[in-house]
Amino acid sequence: MNGQPFRNDTGGRINRATPLRFTFNGRIYEGYQGDTLASALLANGVRLIGRSFKYHRPRGIVAAGIEDPNALVQLEDGARTQPNIQATRIELYDGLVARSQNCWPSVGFDIGALNSKFHRLFPAGFYYKTFMWPAKLWMFYEHIIRNIAGMGESPVEEDPDRYGHRYAHADVVIVGAGPAGLAAAQSAATSGARVLLVDDGAEFGGSLLGLDANVAGGPAVDWIATVTAALAAMPNVTLLPRTTVTSYYDHNMLVMAERVADHMAVPAAHQPRQRLWHVRAKEVVLATGAMERPLVFADNDRPGVMLASAAQAYANRHGVRAGERCVVFTNNNSAYVAARDLSAAGIEIMAIVDSRRDVPKGAAEMASAVGIGILAGHVVVKAHGTKAVHAVTVQALDDAGDLTGDTRDIICDLVAVSGGWAPTVHLHSQAKGVIRYDETLTTFVADAATQRSRAAGAITGVLGLADSLKDGATAGAEAAAAAGFDGAKTDTPTAVDDLALDIEPLWAVPHMHHDHGKRFVDHQNDVTAEDVALAHRENYISVEHLKRYTTLGMGTDQGRTSNINGLAIMATLRGEDIPTVGTTTFRPPFTPTPLGTIAGPHFGMHYHPTRRSAMHAWHQAHGASFVNAGPWLRPEAYPRAGENVIQALRREAKHVRHHVGIADVSTLGKIDLQGPDAVEFLNRVYINSFTKLAVGKCRYGLMLREDGFLYDDGTVTRIADDRFMVTTTTVHAGSVMRHLEYYHQVVWPELDIHMVSVTEEWAAIAIAGPDSRRVLEKITDDIDVSNEACEFMGFRQGTICGAPARLFRISFSGELAYEINVPADYGQDVWTGLLDAGTEFDIIPYGTEAMGVMRIEKGHIVGGEISGRATAGDLGFEKLLANNKPDFIGKRAAARTALMAPDRQQLVGLIPVDRRTRIPRGGKIVEDPAAPTPITAIGEVTSNCYSPNLGHPIGLAIVAGGRQRHGEVVYAHSPLTEQTVACEITHPIFIDPQGERLRG
Amino acid sequence: MRYSIFTLARNALSHHQNWPKAWRSPDPKPEYDVIIIGGGGHGLATAYYLAKLHGITNVAVVEKGWLGGGNTGRNTTIVRSNYGQPGNTEFYEHSVRLWEGLSQDLNYNVMFSQRGVINLAHSDGQIDAFQRRGNAMRLNGIDAVYMTPAEIKARVPLLDISRNTRFPIMGGLCQPRGGVARHDAVAWGFARGADARGVDIIQNCRVTGIDVAGGRVTGIQTSRGAIKAKKIGIAVAGHSGQVAAMAGLRLPIESHVLQAMVSEPMKPCLDTVVTSGAAHMYVSQSDKGELVFGGDLDFYNSYAQRGNMPRIEEVTQALVTMFPAFRRARMMRTWGGIMDMSMDGSPIICKTDIDGFYINGGWCYGGFKATPGSGHVFAHTIANDAPHRCNERFTLDRFFKGTVIDEAGAGPTPKAH
Amino acid sequence: MLLIPCPWCGERAQTEFSYEGDATVSRPDPATASDEQWLDHIYLRDNPMGLHEELWHHVAGCRRFFKVRRNTVTHEISGSAAPTDDIPEDVSGDAS
Repeated sequence: MNGQPFRNDTGGRINRATPLRFTFNGRIYEGYQGDTLASALLANGVRLIGRSFKYHRPRGIVAAGIEDPNALVQLEDGARTQPNIQATRIELYDGLVARSQNCWPSVGFDIGALNSKFHRLFPAGFYYKTFMWPAKLWMFYEHIIRNIAGMGESPVEEDPDRYGHRYAHADVVIVGAGPAGLAAAQSAATSGARVLLVDDGAEFGGSLLGLDANVAGGPAVDWIATVTAALAAMPNVTLLPRTTVTSYYDHNMLVMAERVADHMAVPAAHQPRQRLWHVRAKEVVLATGAMERPLVFADNDRPGVMLASAAQAYANRHGVRAGERCVVFTNNNSAYVAARDLSAAGIEIMAIVDSRRDVPKGAAEMASAVGIGILAGHVVVKAHGTKAVHAVTVQALDDAGDLTGDTRDIICDLVAVSGGWAPTVHLHSQAKGVIRYDETLTTFVADAATQRSRAAGAITGVLGLADSLKDGATAGAEAAAAAGFDGAKTDTPTAVDDLALDIEPLWAVPHMHHDHGKRFVDHQNDVTAEDVALAHRENYISVEHLKRYTTLGMGTDQGRTSNINGLAIMATLRGEDIPTVGTTTFRPPFTPTPLGTIAGPHFGMHYHPTRRSAMHAWHQAHGASFVNAGPWLRPEAYPRAGENVIQALRREAKHVRHHVGIADVSTLGKIDLQGPDAVEFLNRVYINSFTKLAVGKCRYGLMLREDGFLYDDGTVTRIADDRFMVTTTTVHAGSVMRHLEYYHQVVWPELDIHMVSVTEEWAAIAIAGPDSRRVLEKITDDIDVSNEACEFMGFRQGTICGAPARLFRISFSGELAYEINVPADYGQDVWTGLLDAGTEFDIIPYGTEAMGVMRIEKGHIVGGEISGRATAGDLGFEKLLANNKPDFIGKRAAARTALMAPDRQQLVGLIPVDRRTRIPRGGKIVEDPAAPTPITAIGEVTSNCYSPNLGHPIGLAIVAGGRQRHGEVVYAHSPLTEQTVACEITHPIFIDPQGERLRG
Repeated sequence: MRYSIFTLARNALSHHQNWPKAWRSPDPKPEYDVIIIGGGGHGLATAYYLAKLHGITNVAVVEKGWLGGGNTGRNTTIVRSNYGQPGNTEFYEHSVRLWEGLSQDLNYNVMFSQRGVINLAHSDGQIDAFQRRGNAMRLNGIDAVYMTPAEIKARVPLLDISRNTRFPIMGGLCQPRGGVARHDAVAWGFARGADARGVDIIQNCRVTGIDVAGGRVTGIQTSRGAIKAKKIGIAVAGHSGQVAAMAGLRLPIESHVLQAMVSEPMKPCLDTVVTSGAAHMYVSQSDKGELVFGGDLDFYNSYAQRGNMPRIEEVTQALVTMFPAFRRARMMRTWGGIMDMSMDGSPIICKTDIDGFYINGGWCYGGFKATPGSGHVFAHTIANDAPHRCNERFTLDRFFKGTVIDEAGAGPTPKAH
Repeated sequence: MLLIPCPWCGERAQTEFSYEGDATVSRPDPATASDEQWLDHIYLRDNPMGLHEELWHHVAGCRRFFKVRRNTVTHEISGSAAPTDDIPEDVSGDAS
């Protein structure tokens, strides 16, 4: 239809029977299936796509693929919006909506373009030289700078799409399904190796899709179809189109982003939008091809200035004329083939402007065969036009490479430029492969690999079609053989090689004079040849300084079209050759990759696994409020109707001290330790001694780290002569297990012990309160729970609520209490059994909050106190230190003077003097809160609560020399919350200091 | 030439043809009063302050690559002084105060943006710990504010403060004077300032040996020849162990790789630095519009300035968990820097048992924000052969005495800090 | 993602393991070590640039500790062994 004035009636790989409607900047257009957004816009004559980063210059489409620096759009609106998407990579779908970005109010009239009026004030790095006075205004300047910068807009709504992760292994991974990659796959596959062929494009073929070439005696596209179909039919071959290898990591790990549904408006039901592949390859073939380089001349960023290969691809692949009258500007032969194809597509070629004085014969003949005139030894010095190019000025070069002779203008709406080719060495470089400068091709090519990888085709500088096919087939066979699969066939189809490149470097066309336009090197970041010169003048001459000072190559395109030109201009200024100046390191990912794809399904509730105890369902059904404890969800309290958590925890804490309650303590780490040397091992890992611990007894234990500071606490129960149950805190369960395994396996392998974590095997329930024994008596027949038979710190085994059970007479609350362990599957039954049996005693469940209150009332230490900086002595455990033992972990380091000093911060209790005011959370302990800053703190509040049993707030703190200061008044000072509370220092045990209740 | 809007305008008229070099590229002299090994931010800052404050201008900064090419130009640019342990608290605040006047002092805009740093708390225990830390800061005259989730949300609109996430946000500690700066500019600004005061910055000069005779240093061997010196300071974080070994010292340091990541540039969408200790993720938005973020180490010793995918995934998962809208934003680039991980997580800035040999290292994750403070106190230490008040505790012997400064309480496991 | 050669389970992805640091550090005999030797073992490291013998722990596998020889610049791994054994000399010169 005529709605697409630049679309040819025939030709290209688009389906004219399937028109697609899309919206760009609010206008509705039509394209065809097989289009990209860029090709469809060009077909409709839309050339102005967006505004540039710094100067807000009008910008259009430069390339036909992944290298485009310019044609960035905001794709879609609302929750699915995405900034900075290359129009050249978006497959058109029906209903697509896109708009220009970095412009206001519109791309046609952009206020930000005022910047370009003052462009002279904004050379590279201008911001380092100004905005410094007055100092306080920087935040204001910065606000403006931030708003001008930034390109597209971030999504603000939650992404509705899903993302997947996948893991795979392959014998041979081939990256790139152009001629070399297809040939490599074809050959490797015949060996029987598992082959994974990956390509960024929607269809395989790579550069061949944009060419009018013949392979195997027919159109290249037919050969591609045949090969692809054959590969697809082989069970040992996996084909991954629309998949970009983003990163090449150590040990041959390739990360790939598969665009599963980006070519659709909305992913199909149950389909992820993208999928991240992690592929471990035995061997890799990098057939990533090469990208064309633009030429640097004045106003070379005007919409309509395009890579020759891009204009060629739009013509051949999409049946689109990127313009009607074209000037081709080149320093090599490849643009001649492009010119021929453009001419065949109906574009009038006004001239080929070739900087080479002697145009090689083959190229000249190709041009003359289709009636194209050549201006040899000439250059385009400037493009004219603002929102679209309408002419170029051409001038000759003299022997020294300076401009000479008269200028002349040529009318045109398309400038197809070719500055040569840059092999896509990014992945090869990521994998620490060697990059070599090829003087003939004037570019960097992939050389030796350091991983199990090889490069094939254009990436190595092999640019001819026939050579690429051969190179690919050989590499495929070699890779298969290296992976252990011999006998690959390396037959290659016939093909005619294109013209040799015959490039003569032209890094920047000389300037006519300073105000004659900007010579862009990096279109995306608005870096010009003058900026490179300024960097050189100011001595930012290393390639990294150049990059960082001018931002050359720092954009989303990672400088694909700009790196080599910028580097070469700097090398010229330095008077050194390009390899001496060097190149920057290519960083993953190869192309920008959605954070959602990288995260996969692991975000939100699935960010980390959630661990739940065997009784979790009951807690949930009975109104528990949950809290995170390490990886676990634990009930913090069981609020009743009309209660909040605070009211509930006070009720629970009080109730347990007067009646009875049960708590789920399954999350504590549990380790089953066995073996003849178990006692010796325990003696070495705990500060206290276990030699005299009898079977059927429990003991509290403290561990130090080797540096002498407290690590963890728990209980050790002797179940049999050579068998112990060791518990750890919830948070340290994993690390203590690893710590013990380390000492056993690495330090003391001679000890005959075995240990295994049994945290998940046992459900653990604490039953506490004066009535706890009476409840237990009802539900066990075979355990005598009397104080005589099961005394404090005793251990018995038997049956509880019909379940095989372990019963520990230990108490965290300070009340008469037991801990019951039953196999996890019995947990819920025993829990409800306890509640049923306890009904007559008014039993309640209680949560971690009440547990916390009761432990503060008893002065028990937890995470706030075991800070990793406290010694055993600091927390009042000096008597536990069995220093008569020859060795235990941390013993020697703990004996250092600084760890024994009397003025260390020691555990104390705190009671507010007025008994009504809460002790400020996280308060620092000071003697004089009114002292001038800086105020010296003598300690800090480590735990605090309101004690429902005492009827006033209490706290635990560490205070310098605190044990000698009981009775003194100090201040718990919290400037953060503007609270200063006078507190009396007390003994840290507030309730039943003699421990009569728990022994009762 | 002094930098200002006026010189910028004047140079614009001459098409920027007349800007002088920001620093010279001198050949090394045979001898210097002080040689600083390491031309990153810390080494350059040390040279700058030696020249500016101590009148010692016969100084060389010797750099194996290009100046600012190490961790100075590889970090996530966060500047803060929200530390709780004595030693760290006053040192980092000393540094932040220098940051506050740095652009003017250097006449080079380092773009120190005091947009605030918020640490998110995800548990009761963290709230406690953050309040202790915030109060320690306030007692030392450092700004700190405790924020509720709603207050944080008002400041960081794209943050998910709902309960519908694995580790809901329960509050946060904010240091309003914290922020970010332009990392390269810090190295360049110090380099220009030091050069202007006579310091020789010698790039592409690899140190191959440190000469010690009779218990004192006499000079260095380099790829550009031997250079004599009365005093030598090293500021080569990432490689401190390697360089100290040239003088026969072993250090309580391991080298690990830490990755940093940036998204594509976007219009302003995050105006504050947000960090989460629980998820170990930190993010800010650069002036150019990129989200700059990072997290934990890769957790194995490394001298390779490149990282690994598992950490990138974990950090990204934390980021998009806290900012669900960012799932459609894209990762543009990742890279790695080599960290000096000390055994208590705190730096080492001190003299050594070798006369005239001084160490500055062990910066763990925290070196960038320390740059001016580190240079300032290191210069003081070298000039006076005695520490400044703010680095008195950053000694090597603290590990042997037990006076470690263990902010994380993680013990002598470098990767845990 | 590195591929870690567990002597018991074979090569497995790095995410199954926990890195546990310098394997050349050994805990001295507490009865005979000087304070200096003792504290050196806790705090000091050679921190080599190049070959490094280090401990890995197969936390999500067999839960064994073992030694790995890895190049800290290239991440090339050239052998592993039980913590009580020596890592065999790298005769092949090919770590893969």
